[in-house]
Amino acid sequence: METLKTMFKSNIRQYGMVIALISIMLFFQVITGGILLKPLNITNLILQNSYILVLAIGMLLVIVAGHIDLSVGSVAAFVGAVSAILMVNYKVPVGTAILVSLLIGAFVGAWQGFWIAYVNIPAFIVTLAGMLVFRGLTMVALKGMSIAPFPEAFQKISSGFIPDFFGGKTFHIATAVIGIIFSVIYIIFELKKRNTQKKYNFDVIPMAFLIAKMAGIVAVINLFTFVLATYKGIPNVLILLFALIVIYTFITSKTVAGRHIYALGGNEKAAKLSGVKTKSVIFWVYVNMGVLSALSGLVFAARLNAATPKAGNGFELDAIAACFIGGASASGGIGTVVGAIIGGLVMGVMNNGMSIIGLGIDWQQAIKGLVLLFAVAFDVFTKSRSA
Amino acid sequence: MSNIILEMRNITKTFPGVKALDNVNFKVREGEIHALVGENGAGKSTLMKVLSGVYPYGTYTGDIIFRGKVCEFKDIKQSESLGIVIIHQELALIPYLSIAENIFLGNERAKKGIIDWNDTITHTRELLKKVGLNESPNTLVTNIGVGKQQLVEIAKALSKKVQLLILDEPTAALNDDDSENLLNLLLEFKKQGISSILISHKLNEVSKVADSITILRDGATIETLSVEKDNITEDRIIKGMVGRDLLHRFPKREPNIGDIIFEVKNWNVYHPLHDDRKVIDNVSFYIRKGEIVGIAGLMGAGRTELAMSIFGRTYGRKISGHIYKDGKEVHLTTVSRAIENGVAYVTEDRKNYGLILIDDIKRNITLANLKKISNKFVVNENQEVLEAEKYRKKLNIKSSSILQKTVNLSGGNQQKVVLSKWIFAQPDVLILDEPTRGIDVGAKYEIYTIINQLAMEGKGILLISSELPEILGMCDRIYVMSEGKITGELSREQASQEKIMKYVVGHKKGA
Repeated sequence: METLKTMFKSNIRQYGMVIALISIMLFFQVITGGILLKPLNITNLILQNSYILVLAIGMLLVIVAGHIDLSVGSVAAFVGAVSAILMVNYKVPVGTAILVSLLIGAFVGAWQGFWIAYVNIPAFIVTLAGMLVFRGLTMVALKGMSIAPFPEAFQKISSGFIPDFFGGKTFHIATAVIGIIFSVIYIIFELKKRNTQKKYNFDVIPMAFLIAKMAGIVAVINLFTFVLATYKGIPNVLILLFALIVIYTFITSKTVAGRHIYALGGNEKAAKLSGVKTKSVIFWVYVNMGVLSALSGLVFAARLNAATPKAGNGFELDAIAACFIGGASASGGIGTVVGAIIGGLVMGVMNNGMSIIGLGIDWQQAIKGLVLLFAVAFDVFTKSRSA
Repeated sequence: MSNIILEMRNITKTFPGVKALDNVNFKVREGEIHALVGENGAGKSTLMKVLSGVYPYGTYTGDIIFRGKVCEFKDIKQSESLGIVIIHQELALIPYLSIAENIFLGNERAKKGIIDWNDTITHTRELLKKVGLNESPNTLVTNIGVGKQQLVEIAKALSKKVQLLILDEPTAALNDDDSENLLNLLLEFKKQGISSILISHKLNEVSKVADSITILRDGATIETLSVEKDNITEDRIIKGMVGRDLLHRFPKREPNIGDIIFEVKNWNVYHPLHDDRKVIDNVSFYIRKGEIVGIAGLMGAGRTELAMSIFGRTYGRKISGHIYKDGKEVHLTTVSRAIENGVAYVTEDRKNYGLILIDDIKRNITLANLKKISNKFVVNENQEVLEAEKYRKKLNIKSSSILQKTVNLSGGNQQKVVLSKWIFAQPDVLILDEPTRGIDVGAKYEIYTIINQLAMEGKGILLISSELPEILGMCDRIYVMSEGKITGELSREQASQEKIMKYVVGHKKGA
């Protein structure tokens, strides 16, 4: 029981965010008269927010490392523009074009990472410059016009759904099956974890509690896939997002590289004196951010089915806000991928809910700003209390 | 003779777990230069911070009587309004403001918030003349040398109608000429009736200018010597500064010393910003297996700079020299190379350089050697818990669990976490920089025991410490450093506090 208490205490911020997300969802579910959680709207929610969530994952690493990246929106637009030129103007095959686009993202990240890590120019300045540079280059590349339409295969990234192998008519059977498969994988994973912990003679959570926890999560997974199945099934982009979340959660929490990022953000000097290659860690975090910005740009272009000079405007701020709402610390060293995703969803649900009830974009902005402020204030408050 | 201008009566100041000042009494007469001497940590700076109001009234006990009136300073402004001005060791000037702007900072010559620049410049000229500084008031402070900056600080003090000037190690960063200049200025002020308190480690300077000398040791007044009455020699002062009971403060150890494990030859290091300043000057030393080697010296002698320049070149520029490990030359150009070659460095500043305070004990312990608990990329967290638990038990880290954040630990336990981290890195040579600074007596003993144990395991230990008793109680061999050079080497049998002190302070005025 003691371990449960400490577990809850040390993760109070995470649980707090989940509770906040659920409350916001329930609130809008009621106030919109049940529209929010309709299958169609949930699908829309995922599609609308996917590109911000992709950015938020990369931004989380940057913020945990103690830096910031203001250029991601412009970089996304730039890469979207280049991909359009490749695919629409030059008829480059989709796969090749995507690969080239991601590589360009990596180069952009390397460029900014170089100035930040090795020349010691503050990230705020370098990426502010990058924001201007790549916005400008986007307009140059597009000559101020939009390029459209993309090949069908490319559009599928954002607008497509996984095919139903079982040929369901009104119900997407494959989606429901995937839900069940994931449930099984999850249960096996939990049990295996418990077994290794036992092997090490650690205290494990009581079986009854574990079963309750597993039942809850399995229920959520299957409810979610069931709801999606009653519409068109799982969107392709959700698969992409899910893969990214799993991969980056693993990197941040289980790998040596992840540890080094947190150590760097927590105390750069101490990390350096402990043998962490701080400069190269910063460099690679920005390369990673560049690749994810590119990916986000592709997803956005595919959803819009056009590359436009104004694409990605303000994305950087949404991504940064998602991280902070999700519990990341502005001074570095603290934050989780799942937190950033939840933070992004909180904003996404609020956008969506407020739009449904017909609140203007003006008020939406103001309310989002206040949510960001209060979320971080809550953070500071709980921290000063526990210290 | 003349009147008492300042009396500090029964001053006691405690920090959590440490009594920094214990019933200190201190008197300064009108128009004298009163030197305050003592080892690092004796309480000199704390006493002056009490006097100037940095530690406000109520955080200490005892009375401050200035010109016959009891004072209760709440902040520096109040003490300054009475003419008590302190010049700290670290200069408090703003580099990109001009001399004139610095002098009148916080005290601007202004009417209704608008600065009268003509008035400011005129006054600055007068003040600069008084301190003998021939620079334009508009020169940026960053463009003048340290010696001149010190004079600007004094001019700033004069602008506040100073009656009692306190200088904390004013000549520590100055060369011989600038020091001489500054001391003459103090003598000049004395003629004008300004009293000064001079905190200094340089006993030759003290005996040159001081009228009275008060010696502090372990937060208590030992004695006040007067130039008129007592026959003051440097030996006499050193005797007052040292000399305390060494029994039972250090655990016993039978040294079992082997071959040379680590050797540094002809090591030279330049200051990272000032290209022409040599911080480490041709230093050579060696450590043998199972040996604890001490480096004694004052703060600023270059000990930390020596250690950090060796450990992955984390300090300094234009580094030259050779390092040998087990007789073979090694190039420790980065921290990871140093760790791979079995060298560890436990920093003197555990909060800023040693720990990731927002992380828990477990993650701090494993940070320097994640390889040991991972398969190249992925950390085995279960293994990590086992290792961290092992060290928590072994080093007796008092904490709720290995998941406790290190920021919430006491100094002694924080230090044990840092030591755990470096023991976990499996080094052959440990450089320990002030390993017991700011730690209470009980925890000190535990840390000494850990150090002894490491030596018994055949590791070479380099112990840097400003506390002479610690050096004498722990070390098999002692090097003394002063101004970037090794000025003496003593065996355990030869060493005494007096001998070390002589190497420490005696070096300079051989010249």
